[in-house]
Amino acid sequence: MLRNTLAVYGAGITVTLSATMLEGEPYVPKDGSEVLETIRSTAFDPVAHQMRELRGRLTAEPDNVPLACQFARCCIERSRTEADPRFLGRAQAALAPWWEAAQPPIDVLVLRATLKQSQHDFTNALADLSLAARIAPNNPQVWLTRATILTVLGDYSGARQACLTLAQLAPGLIALTAIANVTSLNGGAERACSLLQGTLGANSSASVDEKGWALTALAESLVRLGRTSDAEAAFKSALALGQHDPYLLGAYSDLLLDEGRAAEVADLLKNETRADALLLRLALAESALAPRPASFEAHVSSLKARFEAGHLRGDFVHQREEARFTLWLLHQPQSALKLAQTNWQVQHEPADMRIFLESAVAAADHSAAGPVLEFIQANHLEDVELAKLVEKLNHK
Amino acid sequence: MKTFFLGFIALLLISEPRAGAHTQSSAYLSLNATTTNLTGEWHLALRDLEDAVGLDVNDDGVITWAELLSRKEAVSSYALSRLHITSDGQTGALHITKLLVDHHSDGAYAVLGFEVEGLPAAKRLELTYNAFFDIDPKHRGLFRLEEEGQTRVAVFGPDTSRQTFDLTTPAPRAPFVTFLLEGVWHIWSGYDHILFLLALLLPGVLRRRNGEWQPVTAARPALVNVLKIVTAFTVAHSITLSLSALGYVHLPTRLVESAIAASVVLAAFNNLVPFFAERGWMVAFGFGLLHGFGFANALRDLGLHTGQLAATLFGFNLGVEIGQLAIVAVFFPLALSLRELIFYQRFVLRLGSAAIMMIASGWLAERMFDFKWLPF
Repeated sequence: MLRNTLAVYGAGITVTLSATMLEGEPYVPKDGSEVLETIRSTAFDPVAHQMRELRGRLTAEPDNVPLACQFARCCIERSRTEADPRFLGRAQAALAPWWEAAQPPIDVLVLRATLKQSQHDFTNALADLSLAARIAPNNPQVWLTRATILTVLGDYSGARQACLTLAQLAPGLIALTAIANVTSLNGGAERACSLLQGTLGANSSASVDEKGWALTALAESLVRLGRTSDAEAAFKSALALGQHDPYLLGAYSDLLLDEGRAAEVADLLKNETRADALLLRLALAESALAPRPASFEAHVSSLKARFEAGHLRGDFVHQREEARFTLWLLHQPQSALKLAQTNWQVQHEPADMRIFLESAVAAADHSAAGPVLEFIQANHLEDVELAKLVEKLNHK
Repeated sequence: MKTFFLGFIALLLISEPRAGAHTQSSAYLSLNATTTNLTGEWHLALRDLEDAVGLDVNDDGVITWAELLSRKEAVSSYALSRLHITSDGQTGALHITKLLVDHHSDGAYAVLGFEVEGLPAAKRLELTYNAFFDIDPKHRGLFRLEEEGQTRVAVFGPDTSRQTFDLTTPAPRAPFVTFLLEGVWHIWSGYDHILFLLALLLPGVLRRRNGEWQPVTAARPALVNVLKIVTAFTVAHSITLSLSALGYVHLPTRLVESAIAASVVLAAFNNLVPFFAERGWMVAFGFGLLHGFGFANALRDLGLHTGQLAATLFGFNLGVEIGQLAIVAVFFPLALSLRELIFYQRFVLRLGSAAIMMIASGWLAERMFDFKWLPF
């Protein structure tokens, strides 16, 4: 019979890519003027213009260290403001001549550590930084990046050491923010907030980027202390600086989500669908709205596709986000807990602890939470949301 | 927390790679190996192509379809220079067959369809993938190999840019031979065609006399009659199959399949209550036109080998004819030897036709109302 025959051949013949790989059917646009993609115009965007020019020169002189470093730095900056890791790959390409080198030039070494950190390859990033500290112990960047990584890993005494060295080499708002950050996670949250508030008032000459970072760190510390209205004020001051900062948007959205202000998050992030972390918050906000916006389903499947694409690539950089997605949008506590546990092997930030404990509660697997509970206690971490979860877990 | 990044030159940089941004540069490559051809589809992100070959021709910050089209040559030659498919030392020639657009979760992609030629009887494929690695070592080519319902996946990266895949698919043959065999197979595995033929052939060794079936006296006229029926059927379906395959006529699959089922019902019913002329070959010709559309749908799903369409069509039609003659070769001597028996006229013809009618009515209902209850 025809249908049987077709089934036999059809299975092998039609090009079937799973939903992971293909979102829609490829098509021929009807109109030549159809806009397919938006990029940075080199005519209107000075940085894009500079990057194109640098890349052109770099193609001719791939071994030019200052040129390669300048281009790589531009790319790293772009990856931050656009929340687009494609630029990190471009930066790595510029450093390709020295990527495997045992002892590259110091500037390359520090940038290489930054890129390895961005791939969550913390071990090798720290190795590069140790080498850099031997070659150029007075380079403040080395100590700042080291402090950052150690803070993410939850090694607060190591991070504090690096911060102190940084403060000696480059005193100022950056060093203070780094120290305050570590202190706020390590039993001195109130002190850290006063320090930051005082410093911010006194450092009116600091750059917009520096202020933005300090204000965000302050806001996050205040959130952990449960001082939500002060935190909101700090977030708003940071937003008022006018920089597009995906990290700031994400942190502020988390506060709003905790306060049940999903509609505000949906409005804040409605045009931020490209960055996974922001799309995740947007979808979380939409899931809390009644009725759910029409875009909700599409956002969930888009996130799913992105995580699956990451798995295909062998990237496991966003396990924290994926755990959050799995718990709150897919409602699979067991899988979320597994992801949170794997993520915990790599990094120890409050957000990592929170999704771990939330998953453990949802999966009713209280013994799994042990390592996180021990960490919170040992480091005197002050965080009202974590405290609620600890309470829940200890009461059962 | 945020990563703060101090520049060494007066420049100050903040690095926040931890905002959990979207996926890094990926491309999606699929290859589809069938017994007849090797085709593929390659999805390349417009943002990667922009950096590799330049797409924003007027530099206004948007890439339009017209701009992509105007850079089709550059995109194609870039892609072709970055993908090599070889087999046992022979290099496959890649031909871009189409340029489409698709949207993935991280942006718009150019979709290149291509055919690989020059790798006859390939048992293993060696792929060398080098797209974008020079501008982005984090780029990955996500590869999918499809053959006969099997799927394999692999990832190409700078350290895994060359990979080998053993094919389980039988070696591709010349399209003519392949489609000839497909034609034979199609007749044998397509029960509706077999039953239609049987309905026409059952009375082939009988003649209608005074409202009763009588056995023919000589074998030769009966054989001629049967061959006329089979050949008329082939000629007719060749006509519509060719018209349909060449794109001149197209009928919806469900309509065609339903009509084919109806033709089987009618042919069988005619053996019980004769209502059309005894000239079986004319009936075969008329309904053959219909069955041709059904073959065309099957052929389309097999993947027509463009460029060798004539050989393909001729091979398929010839295969169908050979398949039918093989059925005749089994059926005719049997029917001829049994034709004198009252058993043949009463039971084989009548019960057989009634059974065919019932089965075909079932198909008709299934196909008209799009459900499934018969096991075949």
